[in-house]
Amino acid sequence: MLDISPAEWTAILLSLRVAIIATLVATPFGIALAWLLARRDFWGKSVLDAVVHLPLVLPPVVTGYLLLLTFGRRGLVGSFLADHLGIVFAFRWTGAALACGVMSFPLLVRPMRLSIEAIDRKLEQAAETLGAAPFKVFFTVTLPLALPGVLAGMVLGFAKAIGEFGATITFVSNIPGETQTISSAIYSLIQTPDGDAAAGRLVIVSIVLALGALISAEWFARRATARLHGN
Amino acid sequence: MLRVDVEKQLGEFSLHATFASEGRVTGLFGASGAGKTSLINMIAGLLRPDRGTIVIDGETVDDTASGIHVPTWRRRIGYVFQDARLFPHLNVAQNLDYGRRMNRLAADPAQRTRVVELLDLGALLDRRPGKLSGGERQRVALGRALLSKPRLLLLDEPLGALDEARKLEILPYLVRLRDEANVPMVYVSHDVAELRQLATQIVMLRQGRVTSFGGVKVLT
Repeated sequence: MLDISPAEWTAILLSLRVAIIATLVATPFGIALAWLLARRDFWGKSVLDAVVHLPLVLPPVVTGYLLLLTFGRRGLVGSFLADHLGIVFAFRWTGAALACGVMSFPLLVRPMRLSIEAIDRKLEQAAETLGAAPFKVFFTVTLPLALPGVLAGMVLGFAKAIGEFGATITFVSNIPGETQTISSAIYSLIQTPDGDAAAGRLVIVSIVLALGALISAEWFARRATARLHGN
Repeated sequence: MLRVDVEKQLGEFSLHATFASEGRVTGLFGASGAGKTSLINMIAGLLRPDRGTIVIDGETVDDTASGIHVPTWRRRIGYVFQDARLFPHLNVAQNLDYGRRMNRLAADPAQRTRVVELLDLGALLDRRPGKLSGGERQRVALGRALLSKPRLLLLDEPLGALDEARKLEILPYLVRLRDEANVPMVYVSHDVAELRQLATQIVMLRQGRVTSFGGVKVLT
């Protein structure tokens, strides 16, 4: 079938690692934010909502540059993390994961928020009358009922993360084996003479991954509906 | 058992209700829009009074003058809603045990068996709420509320969403509950016949005010 070279495998595995880590780390924040936006009214809510969606509309190169300014070696947060916790993002795969996490965050949060909004608050009230404290209501009623939406958000976020290009290459460059993901590998290959075949193989891998993610997101969404109807 | 003296402004509508009940079943009677549900929601703690006090079983759960507002989940009440509100992701058995788990009560198999028999739930235990009829759902909701061992059971038109035949199916269970479960109840309804059968005491509500209070004969 596809004759994938070791160098291409490196890019594919790195992409998977970057996207999986980005999704797993973003998920708890995503759930918390989705709940906040769906269930609470507070000052500055629309601003927060806009900021979350910003990476969706901003040119990716701008997001990448802002990440570089903030999380780079000399950046405010970057220098603090490097000096005190030993966490370095600049030109590392962790930086690629950060860029992918930020870029995919709006897509990850949206299905989570919609599924929490779709839950009848009356069920949460019923749980309260049965003696459940607010955090227990969340973990025994809200989260289980929102679970298909949470998974759909993770799948969508993952799909976006694995395809991210602009912010990643701006922030952490295009270093084979460290920050060269499928997207940046394709970018390099199509600028190289004779790179077409290799680029083509990676393009097929991208399409398969993206399609797989979309189909599973759809499946989770259907499960969500069935679950809310108690079948 | 239950003392209520509350005021609440809800848009144009003002509710001001005072009553004390000792009876086994206090019927809250009134037309729709009289404030019955708002009143029972205040007793449950789901709605906060603007002014006044609510005392359940000797414990002050609301006292606006001294800033007391015990949250719903600490009131140890049971609430049966008109629309059952069973948890769709849990089966009937898990719904029934929910209150006991949340209140960290020890398992009480004897009580559970008694409630399951009282409400004829034995055949439903493995089912999901989506597969139950309206009447069955309401019986499960009753059982679920009872098994959280409440000190007061609130019922907000529990038969309201059912047709006549289903009502007649559930009523005998409510009578048995009143006579055997040993939990005081507040029963909201606009149906005179229902309250005649069930209530031991009536609070009549009209446009947010208590217009009469007494035995079932005030319903004439």
